[in-house]
Amino acid sequence: MKCRVCREPAVIDIRRHNANFCVEHFLRLCRDQVVKAIDRHEMLRPTDRVLVAISGGKDSLALWDILVALGYEADGLYLGLGIGDYSASSEGFARRFAEERGLSLEVVDLQEEYGFNVPEGARAARRVPCSACGLSKRHLFDEAARRGEYDAVATGHNLDDEAAVLFGNVLRWQQDYLGRQRPVLPAGCGFPRKVKPLVRLGEREMAAYCVLRGIEYMVEECPMAVGNKHLGYKEALNAIEEQSPGSKHDFYFGYLDRVVDRFGESAGRDGSDIGTCARCGAPAGNEVCAFCRLLERVGGADPGHRSEPAGTGNRTSVSIGPTRVGTTGGVTGARQ
Amino acid sequence: MEVELRNPRRIMEFDGPMAVTALLTRLSLNRESVLVIRDGTLVPGDAMLADGDHVEIRSVISGGSQ
Repeated sequence: MKCRVCREPAVIDIRRHNANFCVEHFLRLCRDQVVKAIDRHEMLRPTDRVLVAISGGKDSLALWDILVALGYEADGLYLGLGIGDYSASSEGFARRFAEERGLSLEVVDLQEEYGFNVPEGARAARRVPCSACGLSKRHLFDEAARRGEYDAVATGHNLDDEAAVLFGNVLRWQQDYLGRQRPVLPAGCGFPRKVKPLVRLGEREMAAYCVLRGIEYMVEECPMAVGNKHLGYKEALNAIEEQSPGSKHDFYFGYLDRVVDRFGESAGRDGSDIGTCARCGAPAGNEVCAFCRLLERVGGADPGHRSEPAGTGNRTSVSIGPTRVGTTGGVTGARQ
Repeated sequence: MEVELRNPRRIMEFDGPMAVTALLTRLSLNRESVLVIRDGTLVPGDAMLADGDHVEIRSVISGGSQ
């Protein structure tokens, strides 16, 4: 196999692009696809301060690496979920990544700060672990973005993630969720802007990016996620993709181009039904926000105690001085 | 060749030479779901694997909360 761009030996084949790439041109492809996503969906301005949600996995670390390479002021936030050895290892990968590159990583430990972990939260709330985990992450990343006055929160959701969520929401016609499934959720009603710059890149590409960039990440799957519906949707979509390359891309971007507006604007961001949580002050659709209700059930700490300004937490400090990579000269052969 | 698989971690032995795509077929693995890494370097689907190679097959699927 030869690289589609330079004809040197290829290291990866991407069937949905019907193309193979060498190391140099594959890495450029990844950065170009992120630039295209950011520009096309107006995710970020060049001067934006970005808070990157870091898990220690391939997607979040690759995202952080690319945003820094593109010249963004991007800090990381890692949330310790208290999932045994998995969380300890994940935090190690996140810390090493930041330390080796001189990047700023804030670590918030759910147990230390709020008195519970994800397995306990899930049991107390009678939710599946991924639900309690997602609720906690959304609340705490939003809170950290407000506290640190960041312009946007960036998450490592990739094309496979978005296609799988869309697949699940379509299966059950979850109209509220379908209306919210966009690569950008604008700021409003106290919520920060949320962006997903990896939506044009597949899961396999993100893992390859990390291998080729020498980024060590948490390869093992979260033990709480094993067997969940989301993974089942991904397997189903990959079975289709194997027979018909490009199906995931066409499914997701066809939805964005032709369907999503039929489900209305970003739900909950028009201010019509958003107030303020009586306990923590976060935006909430009820008197008490979902995170504080979870805390109440699990008997955790009062979230109102954590109101210190950004930069005073458990931070690995830093200086960032990257150069913005050009946005022209894209790799040929990539699906547009 | 020695083939290392993850989740759970295990080692299998195969005779070479064998193309990457043939190995994945033997293991009933979807090419969309894995990377094949030989001696720390990515290898594409048409690469030939030989006796003595150490090959890691790394799952790329992850997912939990959204």
